[in-house]
Amino acid sequence: MAKIISKTNPARELVFGDLWEYDAAPETADPKLKKRYDLFINGQFVAPKKGKYFATINPGTEVKIADIALGDAADVDAACKAAQKAFTTVWGPMPGKERGKYLYRIARLLQDHAREFAVAETMDGGKPIKESRDFDLPMAAAHFFYHAGWADKLPYLAAGRQVAPYGVVGQVIPWNFPLLMLAWKIAPALAAGNCVVLKPAETTSITALKFGEICQEAGLPPGVVNIVSGAGETGAAVINHPLTSKVAFTGSTEVGKLIMRSLAGTEKKMTLELGGKAANIVFEDAPLDQAVEGIINGIFFNQGHVCCAGSRLLVQESVAGEVLARLKRRLATLRVGDPLDKNTDIGAINSKEQLGKITELVKAGVAEGAEMYQSECRLPAKGFYFRPTLFAKMSMSHRIAREEIFGPVLSMLTFRTLEEAVEKANNTPYGLSAGVWTDKGSKILKMSTLLKAGVVWANTYNKFDPASPFGGYKESGFGREGGKQGLMDYCRVG
Amino acid sequence: MPVAKSPPSFRRLFDDIGTVDAVGIVERVAKYGTRSVKKKAKVFGLRLAVTMVDLTTLEGKDTPGKVASLCAKALRPHDVGEIPPTAAVCVYPAMVRHAAKHVKGTAVKIASVATAFPSGQAPLKTRLAEVRAAVADGADEIDMVINRGAFLSGEFGLMQDEIAAVVEACGAATLKVILETSELETYDNIRAASFLAMRVIRPNDFIKTSTGKTSANATLGNNQVMLEAIRDHFLATGVPIAMKPAGGIRTAKQALTFLIAVKETLGDEWLNNGRYRFGASALLNDLVRQLEKERTGAYQAPWNFSEASEGY
Repeated sequence: MAKIISKTNPARELVFGDLWEYDAAPETADPKLKKRYDLFINGQFVAPKKGKYFATINPGTEVKIADIALGDAADVDAACKAAQKAFTTVWGPMPGKERGKYLYRIARLLQDHAREFAVAETMDGGKPIKESRDFDLPMAAAHFFYHAGWADKLPYLAAGRQVAPYGVVGQVIPWNFPLLMLAWKIAPALAAGNCVVLKPAETTSITALKFGEICQEAGLPPGVVNIVSGAGETGAAVINHPLTSKVAFTGSTEVGKLIMRSLAGTEKKMTLELGGKAANIVFEDAPLDQAVEGIINGIFFNQGHVCCAGSRLLVQESVAGEVLARLKRRLATLRVGDPLDKNTDIGAINSKEQLGKITELVKAGVAEGAEMYQSECRLPAKGFYFRPTLFAKMSMSHRIAREEIFGPVLSMLTFRTLEEAVEKANNTPYGLSAGVWTDKGSKILKMSTLLKAGVVWANTYNKFDPASPFGGYKESGFGREGGKQGLMDYCRVG
Repeated sequence: MPVAKSPPSFRRLFDDIGTVDAVGIVERVAKYGTRSVKKKAKVFGLRLAVTMVDLTTLEGKDTPGKVASLCAKALRPHDVGEIPPTAAVCVYPAMVRHAAKHVKGTAVKIASVATAFPSGQAPLKTRLAEVRAAVADGADEIDMVINRGAFLSGEFGLMQDEIAAVVEACGAATLKVILETSELETYDNIRAASFLAMRVIRPNDFIKTSTGKTSANATLGNNQVMLEAIRDHFLATGVPIAMKPAGGIRTAKQALTFLIAVKETLGDEWLNNGRYRFGASALLNDLVRQLEKERTGAYQAPWNFSEASEGY
């Protein structure tokens, strides 16, 4: 098809220069940070029992932000006991409509403090302020609003059956959407009547601990929510504590497997939301500009630190050259830099360690002979940054086509027929999400049944809603978050 | 065996030029609105926008006197602050000779709507005669309307032949082809009509969104669809086509957002008044007001700006 398209002359190009350069536009709202953050246990901020702290830095500048309490097994034990007590004395017996009021209050307080939290999130995690402001915070509040509505309607959750809370739920969350993942975990747990002990990721504890302040402001009974910051061992203590009767984990497949091993033979329920290597499939009849926009959004959103990132681009061979040309042109207008600048599209990589992993995988891609293209933007001198990167001329056996990179790196492959697209898309140990781009509705329906992925987006990508369940197939985990299905995972169904 | 008919014209055209996803366009243009333009960049953008305005009056009650004050405003948008003149004044054909007395030989061009504006529902002969008359009276630019009836009934050849005839009637005058996007309704149609027009006009002739005489006019969405069509046409043929959104752009903030779309879709070579215009009237005073705010640090009352009658 598309004569226009095949006639594109590569020698003729548009000029995206500096005729009209935007001035710096930093977000100036006060994140109201403390120099030191303690653990949030039983409604109070308390020092860790061993008195140890670790530094958290701003990945955009490498400057230290605050000291974070390093919780250990004894702190986790105190948190679990507080949660158990709150469950048996206050939260468990409380009628659903009363619990709902607290959730509404938390949701509204998150909206009230949205700008403050957005700045804190961006400083601690490196994501661009426009994402934390326009996505993370509104979505976090939306999850509390949605689940607040469920709190007094639990008898209608499973028709004809009774549902009951588990009691104490242990939750461990990742660093890519620190506050939003907390909301995904805590909102349904509280709505169902559970109390929680949550361990935020080591590099991004600040907004979780600030959430403790929101709980205090909302007058949430002590012990209903407990936040224990720390390292991997802290998380293990939460998962393995005898009082946690259900655990929920979002993070790497590697750690997910460790958790499954450690819980084998116990009665604990668990849900895992793990890695992904999603296929974003573009057919030749797709509206190409909007597909390119979706591809860019799919892989460069949050620097590619997204478990459902569309990191494998599958393009029908007849339009592969055109899609690549359009992608390169679009890449030239992406702005990489200071995460706090309102015009930044791609911020800082979350940590030095993650930057190292991305660099190593990209090197492997080049060594294996894939063709690499990177945008020519200037990067800040300090901080962890990585240029948006495209790989073409590669095959399914390349390491970068198989392993989760969790960075701003897109691998482009081609296919000839629908069957080949499905085969390539499903040829992965993961199965979290996929994207389909075509003008033909029937093709969308067919693909959505053939793709082994928990979410299939059609002519769009990275769309979320609290009412829509999210979760994976295969090594991407099990259990759902969001919607009725997600809420059921926090209930015993009798 | 019946012989397969050739596919209908819209189908053939979309196979050629590709389609547009409406949801995706809306999402794309929403991002332009989140760009934050401050300080020097803001002043640059506002001044650029002033130089791109086709200062317009298209009313039944237009008089030589009204056109004279429009021309004065176009030449000197404000009495202080060194604000540049606008690109052009845009008037009905009968007013061209009155405008010529004031702006001929200056930087401000005379644009005239012609071809039985806004409906275009007059015989072709009449429409062409109107174009020739406007050019003879001194119009530097002609804003024509396409035959929407021909387009919507799939008679693309007729629509293009008429545009080609107007091109010829224009002579040296620049042509702007008004698609009247609200009557085409879908983004697919806007893209299709853009391509049909671009294929018969000359380098640096314009495609333009609307007449300003229907309920819906220029939007970021139809602007984006047309910019992308211009980009694809340029990359395929090397022919640069210029763009003019018209109607509904009243505030400086809106104009800056449209310019951000140009910057990020077509790049630096379209950021000048040879390649991009705003068809507007109230916009100019808001641009001037914002420039004065940047210069003096304070907003001034509407009555400090000439010709201010509505908008604040």
